[in-house]
Amino acid sequence: MPNENYSAEHLAYLRSLRLKALLVRGTQLLLLVGIFVLWEVAASRGWINAFISSQPTRIWAAVVRLAKEGELWRHLGWTVYETVLGFSIGTAVGIAVAILLWWSAFFSKVMDPYIVVLNSVPKVALGPIFVVWLGTTITAVVAMAIAVSIIVAIMMMHTGFKEVDPNLIKLVRTFGGTKGQVLRKVIIPASVPTMIAALKVNVGLSLVGTIVGEFLASKAGLGYLIIYGGQVFNMSLVMASVLMLLVVSVILYYAVTLLEQRVMRGRA
Amino acid sequence: MARVKLENVGLTYHTEAGEVTALRDVNLTVQDQEFVAIVGQSGCGKSTLLSLVSGLLKPTQGLVKIDGVTVQGTSKRVGYMLQQDYLFEWRTILDNALLGLEIGREKTQERVEEVKEMLKAYGLGGFEHYYPSQLSGGMRQRVALIRTLATKPDILLLDEPFSALDYQNRLSVGEEVVKILRERKKTVLMVTHDIPEAVSMANRVVVMTPRPGTIRSIHSIKMCDEGLTPLQTREVPEFRQYFGAIWKELNADAK
Repeated sequence: MPNENYSAEHLAYLRSLRLKALLVRGTQLLLLVGIFVLWEVAASRGWINAFISSQPTRIWAAVVRLAKEGELWRHLGWTVYETVLGFSIGTAVGIAVAILLWWSAFFSKVMDPYIVVLNSVPKVALGPIFVVWLGTTITAVVAMAIAVSIIVAIMMMHTGFKEVDPNLIKLVRTFGGTKGQVLRKVIIPASVPTMIAALKVNVGLSLVGTIVGEFLASKAGLGYLIIYGGQVFNMSLVMASVLMLLVVSVILYYAVTLLEQRVMRGRA
Repeated sequence: MARVKLENVGLTYHTEAGEVTALRDVNLTVQDQEFVAIVGQSGCGKSTLLSLVSGLLKPTQGLVKIDGVTVQGTSKRVGYMLQQDYLFEWRTILDNALLGLEIGREKTQERVEEVKEMLKAYGLGGFEHYYPSQLSGGMRQRVALIRTLATKPDILLLDEPFSALDYQNRLSVGEEVVKILRERKKTVLMVTHDIPEAVSMANRVVVMTPRPGTIRSIHSIKMCDEGLTPLQTREVPEFRQYFGAIWKELNADAK
């Protein structure tokens, strides 16, 4: 807000700040536009093979065609649905397991090597197993999304629980608080920032799991479109799907950020 | 009347590296409405002593008694103030002050009103719905005191309650807290490593030896008995003598 009480010097300083921010935004936009323009020109002048690299106008045409056929929303919808489902289940189960690990030091010690090993295994390698067990169904795709995200969710949450200031726990105990009360009054509310951080990581990971799942076991979704486009050598379709995937990931990430702003209101 | 009584209390705990005797042969009686300060070097077990009286820890030797009854666990009769305010950043000031009542399932309309009155009386009226991050250090410490008083304990354990405040605040918040505790006729056991703080507030100052901690000497401070406030006590000539005597004892152990 411009304030008439500010000195001329301070106003000039604020102007220079705004100018710098504007310059950054402008350059970012220019870079994006530049890449697309260069891509378009290079393809239409024949500098690069448009059949292999596709080109922005063809990608746009592919998106428009999909939208007219009504296919666009179907594929987008599936991917978003599977991601949100995998993400929600993965996070909920992750938090539940993290609570168990916090509750019982014994359980936590027993599970430790298993979690370390499961964390280092590339979860996409489990894809074919899910397909065999669950068939080429949405269940297999969601299972993939959960598999990719759950271990990280457990580890992040459990670390967050353990890092809660022990003095806050001591405070509750001085009032005669039980372990359940420590969990409800301290551990969970104190870990909300960690939960948000875990959500942010998980939303991206679940999307990875969903796309890999769709590669392997689906008749719909952006992952399916990408594989299908690749098989029939329709690079415009592939590129269009990848761009839509970009949009989906940005929207999902932004949704978590909105949630963060809501939850974190009033906190230091 | 003896409120708190420690009889030959000792505490030994075990770690992989070995066994550590934190306290041994501690005998101390705190009278009703008395303010007793415990001074000693870090690691002499003075905070452990408070944990024993609060019932958070059990002694491995001897007995801790409150009003003649052996302490078996935490009790509503005992309030505990920690080294920092430890207000929950996600709770409002009022909700922070109500934490103890909530945990003890005593959060009735009547008790909530009492806490609101206390907030008003101690200069926090109108801040009920603020968050801790919006308050100054001194105000936060007052909220912590109200949180402790809300459950109506007779005995208060203060574990270096002013150590996180800057010097100016330490003196003024200390002055206020002592006034409040005297008004409410509380029995207080305070741990500190700040000798002037101990001398200015307490009826008696207990000096502890380094680990394994035990009581080295007990000094009766006459200013507190005469009803002087901490700041007034710091003005009287005897203040330096008490300080000198206690400092010498602590210093002798430091070598």
